[in-house]
Amino acid sequence: MDLRYSDEDKAFRDEVRSFLKEKLPKEFSDKIRKGQELGRENQERWHAILNEQGWLAPNWPASFGGAEWNAVQRHIFEEEAAAANAPRIVPFGLSMLAPVLQKFGSKEQQDYWLPRILSGEDWWCQGYSEPGAGSDLASLKTTAVLNDAGTHYVVNGQKTWTTLGQHANMIFCLVRTNKDVKQQEGISFLLIDMDTPGVEVRPIILLDGTHEVNEVWFTDVEVPVENLVGEQDKGWTYAKYLLTHERTNIAGVGFSQAGLAAVKRVARAEMAGGKPLAQNPHFAARMAQVEIDLMAMATTNLRIISQAAAGSAPGVEASMLKVKGTIIRQEINDLARRAVGAYAMPFASEAVEGSNAGLPDPHDAGPVAAQYFNYRKLSIFGGSNEIQRGIIAKVKVGGGA
Amino acid sequence: MNFDLTEERQMLQDTLRRFLRDRYDTATRNTILDSDSGMSADIWAQLAELGVIGALFTEEQGGFGGKGFDLAVVFEELGRAGVVEPVLDSAVLAGGLLADLGNEAQQAHVETLIGGGLHMAFAHGEPSSRYDLNRVQTTAKTDGDAIVLNGHKAVVANAEAADYLVVSARESGAVDDEAGISLFLVPSDAKGLTIQGYALLAGGRAAEVMLDNVQLTAADRLGEAGSAFAAIEARMAAASVAQCAETLGAMETATELTRDYLGTRKQFGRPIGTFQALAHRFSDLLIEMEQARSAVINAAGHLEEDRKLREINVSSTKNLMGRAGRLVAEESIQMHGGIAMTQEYELAHIAKRITMADHRFGDTDHHLERFIALVAA
Repeated sequence: MDLRYSDEDKAFRDEVRSFLKEKLPKEFSDKIRKGQELGRENQERWHAILNEQGWLAPNWPASFGGAEWNAVQRHIFEEEAAAANAPRIVPFGLSMLAPVLQKFGSKEQQDYWLPRILSGEDWWCQGYSEPGAGSDLASLKTTAVLNDAGTHYVVNGQKTWTTLGQHANMIFCLVRTNKDVKQQEGISFLLIDMDTPGVEVRPIILLDGTHEVNEVWFTDVEVPVENLVGEQDKGWTYAKYLLTHERTNIAGVGFSQAGLAAVKRVARAEMAGGKPLAQNPHFAARMAQVEIDLMAMATTNLRIISQAAAGSAPGVEASMLKVKGTIIRQEINDLARRAVGAYAMPFASEAVEGSNAGLPDPHDAGPVAAQYFNYRKLSIFGGSNEIQRGIIAKVKVGGGA
Repeated sequence: MNFDLTEERQMLQDTLRRFLRDRYDTATRNTILDSDSGMSADIWAQLAELGVIGALFTEEQGGFGGKGFDLAVVFEELGRAGVVEPVLDSAVLAGGLLADLGNEAQQAHVETLIGGGLHMAFAHGEPSSRYDLNRVQTTAKTDGDAIVLNGHKAVVANAEAADYLVVSARESGAVDDEAGISLFLVPSDAKGLTIQGYALLAGGRAAEVMLDNVQLTAADRLGEAGSAFAAIEARMAAASVAQCAETLGAMETATELTRDYLGTRKQFGRPIGTFQALAHRFSDLLIEMEQARSAVINAAGHLEEDRKLREINVSSTKNLMGRAGRLVAEESIQMHGGIAMTQEYELAHIAKRITMADHRFGDTDHHLERFIALVAA
């Protein structure tokens, strides 16, 4: 038992820190800190900066051009990136689709699609959820029928909650190719060019006024058979494999640490009863409580990461981290809005787009109430916390996997 | 003991509920939210015509209600429908202070207000006052016949629409003294008054109000010089009753929407409400709803009592509503899932009303500490 990082880990942390200090544009970190949307161009610029450094794909094997970091290194990077208010890299191509292609894709698919993910030529989004298939993903209804010539699938249906689909030119989709078998056995994994006739993207405006998700409609969309990943009807296996990668950094330790630091900064500046709010016993206790929980979860996270670094795949622990991690993050969001008092009320719809000129924000806290509402999604998406608890119970109480 | 509404209040509740059900649906309200003024003049006029504003004033003030349960009945219905029109700010807060303290000439405005012909705002909170009612840095200095106001008022709801602002300012004493605070009736076109407006997350609009050598006279003062604190605290109590009742109404809507969704949304081949994990949590919401209803009754029923009893009930109710409101808003969203995250779904707005209510008149923590101090005193 040794809670210290190795010398190599420490050297790596220093390297990450100086990279961020040198290469992360202040304009980006300011926007992230203030909860403003980065916008497509800036996202692409940050993507390119990381790619140039060779750090864009930490989880890819070196043979595909990845950094091939171990789990501890990935954790260190995530922690430092969050502390520096670095933008999140859009994960759909890099950390979700790419591992599936690397494991199940053909040589041609790997050679064609993977370099385009690194270069940023393709912006991928994810076509999983449907209006009637959220937590119960396997009940999805979007169909893909092979045409008579056997050259194309014809896709019909609707996907929803498609994050940043308005920027994407490609979407990977789960589609139903066989209705006569058990739900999970009739699903295929298709890569669809969003410029194909019959694809329509419709915005969904979230309760905080942001446009980050969309509906994607498919009407007789022709998809070349070469865009089928793996075997037809075996898509559920690939989807589940992808979900294990969706769960990396699931605890969000770095985000919570950065969020708590922001709450503390505001609480030191905000006055309550003539004294800084940070000295108010009640608020101080609330902050301490979540910090104590976060300290323990950070160690849980490292324990699981160490196991993963040693080669064992996280299973039910990922579900535990998701539940605890979101509870902690959402509590910090609650504290952040609570801290600013009445100044949580102004609505910074313009702030999200890039400018919040004219809005009162005495402590430079950003749109904390809007973020509080936006981050209610954390316990809903990627398998809701109810689904995660079901998984934990199934494994630990029921004894099955 | 009698927990039934009087016939008059029952009639008002029925009329208002029917009006809002027919005239204030989600689409109408979302159009109002998108508008520049953040409110509908048409709805405002109709609310006045229905007697909604008159119900918030006593007979002596020209109304036909004005008691705690009158406020509770009106605001529960406004909350149920997620109404964003500034009834609380124009009528209960600023209008109420005018009616409580104004001389005959000043009180003439109350009749216009009840008729729907006037908007008002109460400019009291400041950037560093947080939720303390006694902390007033804005100054009122006598200079010959003139009284000159200087200061910065924070997040003043309805300031842009207001014809008159009721502004608090310190004439004497230290920054946190209860004594020395006065109220002034300031016309919105007064020289030196700047109003920087913005939309609010839960609907409606507010503004930062800057007072830069605003010249008034003693005739603009409401009540006696330096002795407005008791009236401010009493009006905040009335406003808290109104706001807690509004939150209760919004919580009713949130739980009704959630119950309907649990019964109709199917996943894994059955309505999600049949999963015990959700059913039990929904039961917990219903238990908290009963607590919330009783808390609002406590606050409304003690509004006319003496100061200490009144304030104990205000703070206990604000504390409980803050906690129950957060639970209902968060759990309603969570049990719905993604659909509740969308702006066009009714629950999104309702959840924002519930949550953001805790940022006015003191949040749940503030009132916990205040309750401790009040019961110890």
